[in-house]
Amino acid sequence: MIVSIASGKGGTGKTTVAVNLAALLGDVQFLDCDVEEPNAHIFLKPSIGKTDLATVLFPYFDKTKCVFCGKCSGACQYNAIAVLPANIAFFEHMCHGCGVCTYVCPEGAVTEREKEIGRILSGSAGKINFIGGRMNSGEILSAMLIKTMKELIDPSRTVLIDAPPGTSCQFVSAVHGSDYCILVSEPTPFGVNDFLLAAEALEKLKIPYGLVLNRADIGNDEIRDICARKNIRILMEIPFDMEIARLYSVGEMFLEKMPQYKEKFKAMFEIISEITKK
Amino acid sequence: MKQIVVISGKGGTGKTMLLSSFAALAKNKVLVDCDVDASNLHLMLDPKRLKKELFFGGKKAHINKNKCVSCGLCKKLCRYGAITEDLKIDEFLCEGCGFCKEACEYSAIEMKDNLSGEWYVSSSKYGPFVHARLRPAEESSGKLIARIKQEAKDIAIRDGLDYILADGPPGIGCPVMASLTGADTALIVTEPTLSGMHDMERATEITEHFKIPSKVVINKSDINPDNTKSIEAACEKKGIEVIGRIPFSESIVRSLVARTPPILGDSADIKQAICEIWEKIQ
Amino acid sequence: MMICITSQGDTLESQVDPRFGRCAYFVFADTATGKFEAVKNPNLEATGGAGPQSAQLAASKGAKKVLTGNVGPNAMSTLAAAGIEVVTGVSGTVKEALANSK
Ligand code: SF4
Ligand code: SF4
Repeated sequence: MIVSIASGKGGTGKTTVAVNLAALLGDVQFLDCDVEEPNAHIFLKPSIGKTDLATVLFPYFDKTKCVFCGKCSGACQYNAIAVLPANIAFFEHMCHGCGVCTYVCPEGAVTEREKEIGRILSGSAGKINFIGGRMNSGEILSAMLIKTMKELIDPSRTVLIDAPPGTSCQFVSAVHGSDYCILVSEPTPFGVNDFLLAAEALEKLKIPYGLVLNRADIGNDEIRDICARKNIRILMEIPFDMEIARLYSVGEMFLEKMPQYKEKFKAMFEIISEITKK
Repeated sequence: MKQIVVISGKGGTGKTMLLSSFAALAKNKVLVDCDVDASNLHLMLDPKRLKKELFFGGKKAHINKNKCVSCGLCKKLCRYGAITEDLKIDEFLCEGCGFCKEACEYSAIEMKDNLSGEWYVSSSKYGPFVHARLRPAEESSGKLIARIKQEAKDIAIRDGLDYILADGPPGIGCPVMASLTGADTALIVTEPTLSGMHDMERATEITEHFKIPSKVVINKSDINPDNTKSIEAACEKKGIEVIGRIPFSESIVRSLVARTPPILGDSADIKQAICEIWEKIQ
Repeated sequence: MMICITSQGDTLESQVDPRFGRCAYFVFADTATGKFEAVKNPNLEATGGAGPQSAQLAASKGAKKVLTGNVGPNAMSTLAAAGIEVVTGVSGTVKEALANSK
C-alpha cells in the first residue's frame, strides 16, 4: 500500500504527520519526495548507507559535425537550442532532457551525456527503510528526480511518501500511483484555500484522500463545514500545542514524548487501511 | 523601479503575511503573487478582477487511435513514462516534449495546446495586483510566473511605479527561479526551527547562484532563541544581513483569520517590527 | 549591411521597442539597398526562450547589427555566438535609430 502525505502548502505539519506515522508503524518504506525542502531526515535520523547520483541525459552538440540545418531547434519544445548560420547555442537550464534533438539530427551531431540533477540517499532508521531525494540547486527537473526515487518502491511493503507542497508537477509526480493521500492543513483562510486546491488535484488524479487538521483549535470552522458538505473525511485533529512546536523546532518526533497521540495515529491508519482494501 | 521578491525555502514561514504588510506600507507599487500553485495573497487583498487571460503552458500529446498501429515505439522512447501499456497518454506525466510525435511513423500523434491556468489583473485597496491560478496538477508554473511578472513590470513602467512587490513560491525549484529573475532584492523569511534553517540555507544557495542580493527576516523568532542565534551566525558567515525579527504573536493569527495584513493588526510590537523591516529593505 | 531594430510597430515611424526577445516587431533594414522589412515577432507568446529564438531569427535574416533597448543574458550570448553586434539603450523612432547608428 502506498500512502502519500501532502499539503496544499508548506508549513502545515505535513512532515510532522509523515514522520510520526512512520515511527509508529515502524516497518515501512519512507520516501522523502519533498526534494526541494527535504526535512524528514531531521526527525527520522536515518543512518545513510548509500548515496546514488540521479542523472538525466543531456544533449551535447558537436559543432564540427553540425551543418546548422536547424532541425533540432525546430523539434525542441522548450526553445533550448538556437541554431545560427554558422554556430549553435544550447541553453542547458531550459533543457528537459527529452532526447528529441538527438533523435532528429540527420548528421549525428548530437550525442547525449549524463548530467547530475540531484542525489538519492538510502538508509535505515530502525526498521524504516529511508529514501531521500536532494535536488541540486538551480535545477528544474525535480519531477525526474522523484520518478527515479519512486523506482525504488518495494510494493510488498507499506510505503509512505512525503510529497512536496503545492499542487504542481512535483506534487503530481510524488503522489501519482498512491492508494491514498493524507492531506494536512489548518483551519485558517490560507489553509482552506490550499487544501481545496490540493483536493481538486487529487480528485483529478482519482486518488482517495482525507484531511488531518493540524493546529485544529486556531482559526475558524470553515474547513470543517466544507468537509461536511463535500463528504471529505477528517482523519484526525491535532490541537495547537507549544510542546509540539518546540519538539518540532529541535527535530524531535512528538509521538515519542507525547504518547497520548499514539491512539489517534493508529486509528487514522486503520481507517486508511480499511478504505484502501475496498 | 525596484523589484522585491519574498521567498522562504520552506512554505508557511510567513511570506504572505509580510508581503501583505509591505503592500499596506509601500506607496506606488504593483503587487504580484508568484505562488501560482497555491496563491494566498489574494486572500489578504480582496481584489476586484479587471482582466482575465487564459494561460496555455506548453502542449500535451494526443494519440489518434485511428492512425495508431500499436507499434509501441512512442512508449519506448518517452523518458517520462507518460505512455501507458495500452498506448494511452497519461496527461499527468506528459511533459509535452513532442518526442513521440516526431518519432511516430504513422503520424498518429498530435501535440495540442494545453490550458493550464488563468491569470488576472485586479485592483485592490493597496494598488494594482497581478495574480494567477494554475490549474491543479498542471506544470509549467515557471512560465506562468514569467508571464505575470512581465505584466507587473509593464504596469510598473506604464504607471511609473516605484516598486514591484512579489510574493514568491515556496521551495527552490523552477518556480522560485522564475520569480527571482530580474529581482533587485530577495527577502528570505525563515523561522528558528531545524527545517526552517535548513531550507533557508538552500534558499540562499539559489540567491547566490543568481547573484541576487538577499536579506533575511526571522519570523516567530522567540520560539527557539538558540536557533535564532545560529541563523544569525550562519547569515553573518555568508555576509547576509538579518534585517528583522518578528516574535510569535496571536495577533498575526487573528489578522490572518480576519484577512487583513498583520501591520494593521492590534499589536504594536508587530507593527514596529514590520515597519523596521520595510525601512531597511527600501 | 543588414541592421535589425526592435520596434513597436511595422513602419519606420514606429517607436523602438525597448525589449529584444519580446518586442512586437523586428524591422530589418538593408543599408546597402535602402530596403526594409518588418517581421512580426513570432516569439512574443513564447513562454520561455524568447530571447535566443529571436536572436536565431535575426541571424537567419542576415543581420549584422541589432539596435534595441535591452537584451537579456541568453539572447546576448546567442547574438554573440552569431557574431552580431548589439547596441542597447536605443530609443526614439526606428528611422532615428537607423540614422544615429550610421
Ligand atoms: S533534449 Fe529535448 S529539451 Fe533538451 S535540448 Fe534536446 S530537444 Fe530540447
Ligand atoms: S539537427 Fe544536427 S545538424 Fe541540424 S542544426 Fe541540429 S545539431 Fe546541427
